[in-house]
Amino acid sequence: MKIAVASGKGGTGKTMVAANLAFTLSRTCQVTLVDCDVEEPNLHLFFPSPVTVTDVNIAVPVIDEKTCDRCGMCGEFCQYGALTVLRDRVLFFPELCHSCGGCTLVCPKNAIHEVPKRIGAVTFATVLPHLNLITGYLDAGNPHAVPVIRAAKKMAENDNLVICDASPGTSCPVVETLENCDACILVTESTPFGRHDLALAVDVTERLGIPAGVVINRSDGQDQETLDFCANHDLDVMITIPFDRRIAAIQSKGDLLCRVRPEWQKTFCSLFDKCRTLAGGD
Amino acid sequence: MKICITSQGSTLDALAEERFGRAPFFIIIDTETGSFEALENQFAGGSGGVGPKAAQILITHKVEVLVSGMVGGNAREVLQAAGMHLYVYRAGGTVRDALEQFNKKNLERVA
Repeated sequence: MKIAVASGKGGTGKTMVAANLAFTLSRTCQVTLVDCDVEEPNLHLFFPSPVTVTDVNIAVPVIDEKTCDRCGMCGEFCQYGALTVLRDRVLFFPELCHSCGGCTLVCPKNAIHEVPKRIGAVTFATVLPHLNLITGYLDAGNPHAVPVIRAAKKMAENDNLVICDASPGTSCPVVETLENCDACILVTESTPFGRHDLALAVDVTERLGIPAGVVINRSDGQDQETLDFCANHDLDVMITIPFDRRIAAIQSKGDLLCRVRPEWQKTFCSLFDKCRTLAGGD
Repeated sequence: MKICITSQGSTLDALAEERFGRAPFFIIIDTETGSFEALENQFAGGSGGVGPKAAQILITHKVEVLVSGMVGGNAREVLQAAGMHLYVYRAGGTVRDALEQFNKKNLERVA
């Protein structure tokens, strides 16, 4: 079973929920946690451990200037503007290239071949006896998060229970994270911003056909508008976490609520049970 | 010589457009004959890489001078490599006015 944790709005507590859920479940079964927020992964802060590193490469074209006759077909084909054909040479912008390989196929002279270019890395660590943490890191200045997320998820593809922590927003990185997940936990807060972005995130999970439920975090007890939104969209509010200084203090030390206050494990177990129901399991 | 002025519309009386890659139209003026043609920029609404794609249009049409408001880094690299001269017009007037300012040598050349 694969569970995604997403939110739309940033800072609602995705990572907090993912970390505590993974920690709690790892006490009874084998769990893999995947940090798919590759632009600024932070789950490792809760689980400091030695890691093994694997580079993530994408393929980019190299043009053999001797064979190339500047016919322009590659530039015309490239939808991303990565290749521009001038009279005397071809200009290549690697940050615009999506590695589709189309230029190599359309070149009538076979003047283009591909070489690997590093865009990030994936790290693997066994952080607790039954908990593995996989983290995707996108290199600074690189715009393509999706291949790094794909590589991180691939490392966990044979694992039974996987929890994927998404980035904020609703764009390609989130869609890539949600892909093939059986259920999605949407973490929100009872603020106008939280509700606004929750609506956007729900739109994404609905379009992808992934069953979703809601966690209200930092609740001040005045959640009626969020509860109404969830009722109108047929979303189960699976658990509610209060706005509590003691919880914030645990978080800020890089510790886990469910480790410091084990009574919370019951709540996170119930969250998992509800995810299983969402996914159509027993 | 062919001059391209980025434009919001298809005539000389349309407002000049400050953005290069996302300009709705490229007005290409032949200074020898005084005639012009308006090219609709099919990449104006693209998600990315619009600068180099737009630059390629100008190169294909053998433009030698570009008058626009802002030209991004990638597009500028392409245009410079192609030997194009870049002039800045940001007065908010029409294409006709931009052309006049260029002819009067009132525009700053940036490449």
